[in-house]
Amino acid sequence: MSSAVLTAILAMTTLAAVLGLLLGYSAIRFRVEGDPIADQIDALLAQSQCGQCGYPGCRPYAEAVAKGEAAINKCIPGGEATARALADLLGREPEPLETEVQAPKVALIDDQACIGCTLCVQSCPVDAIVGAAKQLHGVLAAECTGCGLCLAPCPVACIRMVPVGSDLAHWRWPAPTERLAA
Amino acid sequence: MSVTNPESEHGQSRLWTFHGGLHLPDEKALSNDQPIEPLRLPPLLVIPLRQHIGAPARPGVRVGDQVRKGQVIGTADGYVSAAVHASSSGTVIAIEERRIPHPSGLPAPCVVIATDGQDAWAPLPAPLTDYPHLDPALLRERVHWAGVVGLGGGAFPTSVKLRSERHIETLIINGAECEPYITCDDRLMRERSVQVLEGARIIRTLLGAERVLIGIEDNKPAAIAALSAALADTGPDTHIRIIPVPTRYPSGGERQLIRILTGREVPTRGLPAQIGVACQNVATTAAVADAVLLGRPLITRVVTVTGRAVARPGNLAVPIGTPLSHLVAHCGGFRETPRRLLCGGPMMGFALSDLEIPITKAFNCLLALTAAEAPDPGPALACIRCGRCAEVCPVRLLPQQLYWHARAKAFDRAQGYNLFDCIECGCCAQVCPSHIPLVQYYRFAKNAIWAHEEERRKADQARARHQARQARLERLEQERQSKLRKKREILDDTTAATVPGQVADGDLDARRALIEAAKQRAAAKKAAAQSRIEPVDQG
Amino acid sequence: MTEYALILISTVLVNNFVLVKFLGLCPFMGVSKRFETALGMGLATTFVMTLSSVCTWLVEAYVLLPLGIEYLRTIAYILVIAAVVQFTETVMHRQSPVLYQVLGIFLPLITTNCAVLGVAILNTQQGHTLAESAVYGFGAAVGFSLVLILFAGIRERVTVADVPRPFQGSAVAMITAGLMSLAFMGFAGLVSR
Repeated sequence: MSSAVLTAILAMTTLAAVLGLLLGYSAIRFRVEGDPIADQIDALLAQSQCGQCGYPGCRPYAEAVAKGEAAINKCIPGGEATARALADLLGREPEPLETEVQAPKVALIDDQACIGCTLCVQSCPVDAIVGAAKQLHGVLAAECTGCGLCLAPCPVACIRMVPVGSDLAHWRWPAPTERLAA
Repeated sequence: MSVTNPESEHGQSRLWTFHGGLHLPDEKALSNDQPIEPLRLPPLLVIPLRQHIGAPARPGVRVGDQVRKGQVIGTADGYVSAAVHASSSGTVIAIEERRIPHPSGLPAPCVVIATDGQDAWAPLPAPLTDYPHLDPALLRERVHWAGVVGLGGGAFPTSVKLRSERHIETLIINGAECEPYITCDDRLMRERSVQVLEGARIIRTLLGAERVLIGIEDNKPAAIAALSAALADTGPDTHIRIIPVPTRYPSGGERQLIRILTGREVPTRGLPAQIGVACQNVATTAAVADAVLLGRPLITRVVTVTGRAVARPGNLAVPIGTPLSHLVAHCGGFRETPRRLLCGGPMMGFALSDLEIPITKAFNCLLALTAAEAPDPGPALACIRCGRCAEVCPVRLLPQQLYWHARAKAFDRAQGYNLFDCIECGCCAQVCPSHIPLVQYYRFAKNAIWAHEEERRKADQARARHQARQARLERLEQERQSKLRKKREILDDTTAATVPGQVADGDLDARRALIEAAKQRAAAKKAAAQSRIEPVDQG
Repeated sequence: MTEYALILISTVLVNNFVLVKFLGLCPFMGVSKRFETALGMGLATTFVMTLSSVCTWLVEAYVLLPLGIEYLRTIAYILVIAAVVQFTETVMHRQSPVLYQVLGIFLPLITTNCAVLGVAILNTQQGHTLAESAVYGFGAAVGFSLVLILFAGIRERVTVADVPRPFQGSAVAMITAGLMSLAFMGFAGLVSR
């Protein structure tokens, strides 16, 4: 090999080595701990822990979205607003939800049928049901997120979901409909 | 901050202007010559428990109760709330949801009173005629008891508004009544000028303000004259000045009037108290006077019934809770079917669907417009970016940008353009050549943002509860594990202690002995329990 | 001093790298949908361009020329630029993880951004000194950022406007870019170069 080729190879190798060392140093110096993206995604979710997204809770879904494994339109209780906010945060195209957004609901326990088994109390992910063994259980409507996880465990099927938000306190001005002239 | 309001040699105050605004045909001649007429009592009074900003009043009566005029039927619930009183004597026949004046048309809890025609007063608290020497807290308490709220349309509980941490140096009494058609404040100023002035004095005492400025649009010369005469009659009062302001919509907006009279601007999303100013409507002021000097609660208000669809437009003194049909009947009914029936004025009012809804504290005008007065603007055209809306906005916002972003549901961008400073005056929609319903977009955007914030708050709460639950379950699990560990340790220790020196067999025997002992204890307990139960079974 | 001012005006306005030289169009079209991302991308590219202008000049002066291996210029420059971009990525991942996530693939694509390599090679071709190279690189990046931000601002407004269906999306974006380029032609002759 001629010395010119050798010089060239040596020079490039040295250059590459030096740059590599610098990059290695910066990788250690600027290491990122934890997953701040997942935290920010989690902050946008509805937190009903319902599992309708296919993940066991909101945090796992947030982490999956952060990794890019999950689509951003899976949070049903969050609705369009959450899908849009996630799209904005992550710079992706907003995707419409796959399922219809339903009216918000809260759980209601029929006090005549409740047997006090505490199975629903244990199943609520936000501790919105109060009650002790062999005592009447009640749902704290203000804390209930409408996830519906309490319906299945009840052995006497005394829980039902009732719609909320159709009264004066929850009324909102509707979006103006555009009847654009032809 | 000291207030400067330099006067010229003629004693005129300096006036400032606000940006934008419109000169609208004021249509006040339809009703401004009609003196306030008392209304015949309706057979039924439907009094909503929430006629104010804040928490609804808690009902203080039950179905079947006899109530007297001025009796408290709903107590204020919490800090921002107001009391509700019976407007006449009668029997409470229901406390239920009834339709109320609201753009949604939804019902709300109301106390329904069947009037007995007696109009008998309940015992009223003593007049506080010596108010200059009384504790302001006492006066505030009286205003609070009387259920006085902002009668200019805002309906904010007055006793809360009059409680300010900051020092108020200027009290502005809003007699502008800038919206077309409405004349109730005009007539009030002409006919009850003494009460208005007394109310201003009372509020001044309450707030400790240095001066009072009464702003009246110059299209109400009779009202200006009446108040000036009353001011002259009730003794020299250098603290109160009556100031005519140029007629321009919306000079009656709180912030606009403050700007006109003092030259100062209320900070964005702030309150007038931050610049040492308080603003009260003339009707509210008169109501304060009634509460303090007569001990009377707020149970009537002046309502203008106008519009060319009404046979005899006029101004009526209406008991709160009177159904609208009663007012229309008093004014001779409709000359023709109104094309639009509004609560409020043509700029800021909202449409009503039926006439059985009651008059509330904030209901200042029933406007029945003919097709000629309110022609259908047709479908909205595309925005041509002409910029006329920005020229007329009194708050100096960019309505066009707010429109584009509200329409695209990009609410954070809309908020960035100070959406929440919009006073929904309607000037922009009025001048838009494409008849775009701009204010509807802003209302929609504001509501959507509020709903979103509420959802975020709830989500944060749910997350916190969920995390607390996870922590609790983990803690319980750990406790269980440590208990198990301890038990195992004790078991090992015990076996080791009871049989020293002997290893394998001894351990096993010792353990067996312990298990046997436990079994026997359990059997004994069961036998005892059985023997207790059996006598009951046999009985 | 005037020499540097002239370089700046030339690179930012007259010979703008995106709208006149038509380099760096990939991130220009791809990262300009939202104002905040455009700003972040502009800052990242400014950092990369300035640093790589300096580094490539040093490599050219102290490695390539003395050893007579100028024919390896392209490879050497790409090596340097790639390292600088990787360094920028690492720092950004730490400092602003959201921006890192949002820029996504466009961040490492700065490596292949022809504007960055273009700046480096143009510096060599025009025989700039170290200081001139730095200013040239910085000016090019400022011009790039300026156009990116302007474009993002316009695109945001155009997105919510009533664009006819055939033109929605990339079509109207291209037309806008063309019109902006026409506008920047107005600067021609401002600096005689």
